[in-house]
Amino acid sequence: MTITLVLVIAMAVLFSCGVYLLLERSLTRMLLGFLLLGNSINLLLLIMSGAAGRPPIGKTAEGITDPLPQAFALTAIVITFAVSAFLLALIHRSWKLSRADEVEVDEADAAIGRSRSADHDDDPEADFDPKSPEDADDPHDGAPQPTEEASR
Amino acid sequence: MTWLVPLLVLVPLLGAAIALGLLRHQELQRAITVAVLAVAVALAATLMVLVDQHGTIVVQVGGWEAPYGISLVVDRLSALLLTVSASVLLLVLLFSIGQGLAADDEDAPVTIFYPTYLVLAAGVLDAFLAGDLFNLYVAFEMLLVASYVLITLGGSEQRVRAGTTYIVTSLIASAIFLAAIGLVYGATGTVNIAQISQRVAELPEHVQLLLHTMLLIGFGIKAAVFPLAFWLPDSYPTAPAPVTAVFAGLLTKVGIYAIIRLETIIFPGPQLNDVLLVVAVLTMVVGVLGAVSQTDVKRLLSFTLISHIGFMVMGIGLGTVAGTAAAVFYTVHHIVVQTTLFLVSGVMERIGGTTSSRSLGGLLKAAPLLAALYLVPAFNLGGIPPFSGFIGKLGLFRAAAEDGSPLAWVTVAAGVLTSLLTLYALMRVWDAAFWRPKPAAEAAAPHVTTAEPHAHLRSPEPAPLTVSEETGEAYHPGGSTTVTDAPHASSASRPATGSTATAGEAPEPARLPRMLVAVTTVAVLGSVALTVVAGPLYGYATRAAESLESPDRYVQAVLGGAR
Repeated sequence: MTITLVLVIAMAVLFSCGVYLLLERSLTRMLLGFLLLGNSINLLLLIMSGAAGRPPIGKTAEGITDPLPQAFALTAIVITFAVSAFLLALIHRSWKLSRADEVEVDEADAAIGRSRSADHDDDPEADFDPKSPEDADDPHDGAPQPTEEASR
Repeated sequence: MTWLVPLLVLVPLLGAAIALGLLRHQELQRAITVAVLAVAVALAATLMVLVDQHGTIVVQVGGWEAPYGISLVVDRLSALLLTVSASVLLLVLLFSIGQGLAADDEDAPVTIFYPTYLVLAAGVLDAFLAGDLFNLYVAFEMLLVASYVLITLGGSEQRVRAGTTYIVTSLIASAIFLAAIGLVYGATGTVNIAQISQRVAELPEHVQLLLHTMLLIGFGIKAAVFPLAFWLPDSYPTAPAPVTAVFAGLLTKVGIYAIIRLETIIFPGPQLNDVLLVVAVLTMVVGVLGAVSQTDVKRLLSFTLISHIGFMVMGIGLGTVAGTAAAVFYTVHHIVVQTTLFLVSGVMERIGGTTSSRSLGGLLKAAPLLAALYLVPAFNLGGIPPFSGFIGKLGLFRAAAEDGSPLAWVTVAAGVLTSLLTLYALMRVWDAAFWRPKPAAEAAAPHVTTAEPHAHLRSPEPAPLTVSEETGEAYHPGGSTTVTDAPHASSASRPATGSTATAGEAPEPARLPRMLVAVTTVAVLGSVALTVVAGPLYGYATRAAESLESPDRYVQAVLGGAR
């Protein structure tokens, strides 16, 4: 199977840009990242069908392009379209609610972090995992993380 | 009887279309949704019996032969999960009708709930039927897009925030899955699961490993196994109670189902079994330690959900018939029990006004029936002997003991520890919410923030209801559920005032929302019934595992004689 190197490079660049943008906190950048990622995967699907051939419609089956990845890509495009419409609505809603398109901190998680350091009296686990409110800023750095070491 | 199979997807989708067309007739919408899911339960149950008697049913959609067309495959595992899922979907739908998610809720876009729910149902059922990877991907997308809508239902600030985490994580999982499909196609030239299973052995070792790992990561995010699970407790608890219940029960199990298929049919070898066992241990222990540290009941349940996913992964990772059988049984048990617990937490929220175990209290006196409804599934999840949780865990531990490797024994130890800690976490909730008297208002005030959006959504007009609260009497003796629930909801929406304390001192009017309790009771009875039918069910799971562990049968059924 021969593959065009240019397509592979284009796919890789799109993919990495998409992943980079998806890691941002801003929702709009996430949407852009998602679109890039979606396109790069469509490209990947097409690359996987091998070298380009004649169109898959005609009288002879000889030398035609494999139509199946094209069908996959078409389906994936439709799905990407639907999801990006939803994401746009979500961004709009988020903007209307808070005038910001950033993902916010998980309040409940932060509250647990705060309560650890605040009240030692009524909580039996108060000394289990003392956490300052600053630490609790990151939702993914909350309660479960320290236990990872404990389990090993 | 093969024409029954596509109906499982078509009927919910058509139902969704009809329900969407009837936006202005909510009664009709509701009736159609219930009827459609009842039909789905009947279809799935029929298939379950048929498949057990006559073996795997394969439908080649549109009459295109197997490797070229789309195959829908119902083997024992699919049929079992189809039946359980359809029943759970129906039950949760009844619960949501009882909760008045649609009727009383003026802020939520009520009319889209039922159609979206049906699309979710179609996606879940299609995922269990899919006979090729791309169809599985489409099924995933169907249920995911529906779940995006459901998790941000009403569009409050909290739900948008929580929903964003969920949506972005799911998008990445889907992207990885789709990329993996592309690579699988490039490597094997097919996406038909049976044909991949035949061809994958010819691939070089490292290519196999790459494809295997990519698919496993894609499914692992959906199943919420350890390093990929942090999105779950962040996003599930803010959704409405029935939505959380159905997500917790089904969506993660769809991921588990995909992992079972991956490990038994597509990559039957023991390539990543040790990795799976390590992941299982970490998922169990990390999840349950997270649960122990939570105070909010819904968040706590989300963490126990993660930790018990570990048990299923453990069964899969053992890679034996006994292990897979136990994993299948445990999956069924966990779908039912976890959904039930979330339903119970929904009723607790309804009565107590919050799900924070710090501000709940005195529920035993207020609602003794609810206390029983909580205790039974809690014991069940913790694995107390007569219940199905014990049977499932025993099966897993026996399978691990048969395996006998040091790693298997470590997973057994982790499993026992997890069960104990699960019990501890759930009993702490029992102590706080049911056993002790209701705490004073100032203790409740700072923690109610998490529950506030729900309370606010449920109580459109708190003003006239305060009157009944101040007099401390239960008005409307024969009143409907909406009226009797309202004092609690209104007290939760204004937590800073003294009214919570007043309500706490006087014994709460022990009037439970009847429909919610009825549905929850059915769910609890269902979870207990798993014990009663444990023998036949375990036998069924073992037969399912036997056919899974010999992928040739699956391949033969799908591709027929032409190989």
